[in-house]
Amino acid sequence: MMLVFSQQDFDMGTRSLLWDITKKYFTVGLIGLTVSDRYASIVSVRGSSMSPAFNPGSDTSDYVLVEKFCLDKYRFSHGDVVVFSSPSNHKEKHIKRIIGLPGDWIGTPNLDDVLKVPEGHFWVEGDNSVSSLDSRSFGPIPLGLIRGRVTHIVWPPQRMGRVEKETNQRPLSSLQDRPGFY
Amino acid sequence: MNLFGNAVRWRSIAKEALDRTAIVAKFLCLLHVANTYICTPTLVYGPSMLPTLNLTGDVLLAERVSHRLGKVGPGDVVLVRSPVDPRKSLTKRVVAMAGDKVTFVVDPRNSDRVRTIVVPRGHVWIQGDNIYASSDSRQFGPVPYGLIEGKILCRVWPLDGFGSLNH
Repeated sequence: MMLVFSQQDFDMGTRSLLWDITKKYFTVGLIGLTVSDRYASIVSVRGSSMSPAFNPGSDTSDYVLVEKFCLDKYRFSHGDVVVFSSPSNHKEKHIKRIIGLPGDWIGTPNLDDVLKVPEGHFWVEGDNSVSSLDSRSFGPIPLGLIRGRVTHIVWPPQRMGRVEKETNQRPLSSLQDRPGFY
Repeated sequence: MNLFGNAVRWRSIAKEALDRTAIVAKFLCLLHVANTYICTPTLVYGPSMLPTLNLTGDVLLAERVSHRLGKVGPGDVVLVRSPVDPRKSLTKRVVAMAGDKVTFVVDPRNSDRVRTIVVPRGHVWIQGDNIYASSDSRQFGPVPYGLIEGKILCRVWPLDGFGSLNH
């Protein structure tokens, strides 16, 4: 028995194959996007504002795991490293460490002032104070800008591991509002 | 023989359960992507946007494309994450963009005092249409553009208000 495939049969075959491949890619894309939005994603760290925790050398580019479970209740602790949208340009994202939470008093030596982090806001600073654009320039920023919390370094392999919470970088107090505090 | 038959039956049940779960999971992913990147319905309530929006609640359709492209401008009603409580979302109108000068009545219930502020780079000034009962930029200042989550397209419920918000 000889099977004769017409030109039309061949086109239908490749078309359905392409459709199948497109559907597969589409599904994988949807699942990947959902997981990276709701659970965790991997981002690369650029710049040296978080040296030596990330990018200790000038040419390395670390990859870190960012978890999104924290965006459910917005409960953070001092020393957490977070990814957030920049308050001056919504298209940029920064990675810095949380130094102050709502209600904390922050001492700013360069401004010779003490200020209170307002409700719903937080204060961030980079570990490498010399080359870090952070709350010392743009002030406390709303918690709603946070896009995730960094938990692990996943690349390069020699620095793989948990990201430590370094608290008490600078003396600050979490006192309640007290008149005549200073 | 009986044992073999049972094993085959369990395997086919397990396979069917897995297939059904996969379909549900894929559907939920589609829902998430549509709600986050295309458009989503939201329920809003409260007095701060009277008379545009009802006190007791409206279901609005919010699109999630324009704000990513930077196409939000003055006059748009937007969904904004609250700078005071990140777990809440607000619905307010954008009054001014970065670089604009805003003149507003600070406390219209008690005085006529007026202030003028320049909106900093990367921020927007939002106000509720009902300035007598709205907690907005007049209290918490300009908000970063990154807090905007969507632009309101139209009202879906109640049906007698169906359609665009400006009547």
